[in-house]
Amino acid sequence: MPLNSYDDLNDIQMDVLREIGNIGSGNAATALSSMVSRPINIKVPKINILDYEQVMSNLGGPEELMVGILLALSGEIDGMMMFLLHKDFAHMTVNDLLGCDLEDFNQIGEMEMSAIQEVGNIMAASYVNAMSQMIGLDINISVPDMCVDMVGAILSVPAIHFANISEKIILIEDEFDSTQNSASSHILMMPDVDSLNKIMQNLGIDI
Amino acid sequence: MSQIITVGISDLNVVKAPGVLVTYALGSCVGIALYDPLAHVAGLSHIMLPSSLQMASAANQVMKFADTAIPVLLKKMESYGASHFRIKAKIAGGAQMFSGINNSSLANIGQRNVIAVKEELRRANIQIIAEDTGKDYGRTLYLDADDGSMRIKSVNRGEWVW
Repeated sequence: MPLNSYDDLNDIQMDVLREIGNIGSGNAATALSSMVSRPINIKVPKINILDYEQVMSNLGGPEELMVGILLALSGEIDGMMMFLLHKDFAHMTVNDLLGCDLEDFNQIGEMEMSAIQEVGNIMAASYVNAMSQMIGLDINISVPDMCVDMVGAILSVPAIHFANISEKIILIEDEFDSTQNSASSHILMMPDVDSLNKIMQNLGIDI
Repeated sequence: MSQIITVGISDLNVVKAPGVLVTYALGSCVGIALYDPLAHVAGLSHIMLPSSLQMASAANQVMKFADTAIPVLLKKMESYGASHFRIKAKIAGGAQMFSGINNSSLANIGQRNVIAVKEELRRANIQIIAEDTGKDYGRTLYLDADDGSMRIKSVNRGEWVW
């Protein structure tokens, strides 16, 4: 029986998604690490069948200032992908990448913004490439779109997108941080229900 | 110190003075702040989508949509002693957080939410006396049941009282 909603996922299928998250974020973190030439740690991904309020409180409350980079997935998988970077993490990345020494994140200009956006682009491409190879489906990513605001407001965008289709969404949430900075950041992978069916089928998992 | 009641996403609540209703980080969602100045009853709704019509399972999700949440909020306010004809509205939110989205379900969703809210308020015969909508940033909305003032807080863009 095909999956009709995210609640239908069983433990094995959840593990599959967790592994996809693991491989994807491993690749994305490697890409980031080579860009900023410092080690990046990743944690074991979490699968959340959502509850936005929960995600927001995990991220430090709805008013926490974060940098959100949003990409749409298309091709054989549909959905969205989002990077949420803590202000300090984005700040550090910009300084490393551009060799500048900004003291305050609020000073960032267009140049710095576009550097962060490019980081998101490269990380997303690494994530999606690994995912695409693993499951054998073609996935395209859109040009990244970015905003710096309260995390609740940033998350309202995917929340609304998925609210239109189903009542819940699935988040494959990966956390990463740098050894020198405790500010963690997150990658959210949000495939739609049909895409989950395709993923499971292609991997030979019973649905 | 008056009590502060949080209204979550696709949620609504009512309070009689003294008390403050707050909804955090409105992005493309819209906050609808209703107030009866005589009864000092305030109601706040945080909607995500314009209309329940295209949704199959809308029945148990009334607080998610502009068209279904507003009548529920009004009814609840009346049960707290508010009078429909005295209620005035202030609305905020409906921003476009990401500028480059061309996905059909998301393009201008903030703007569509605002339009739907206005239409529903007009249908309910409720006047909008203040509005802080659109643009591209998130807002936190506080509604004070003492005087019906709506305070909007943003990140890096300041604070306003309506």
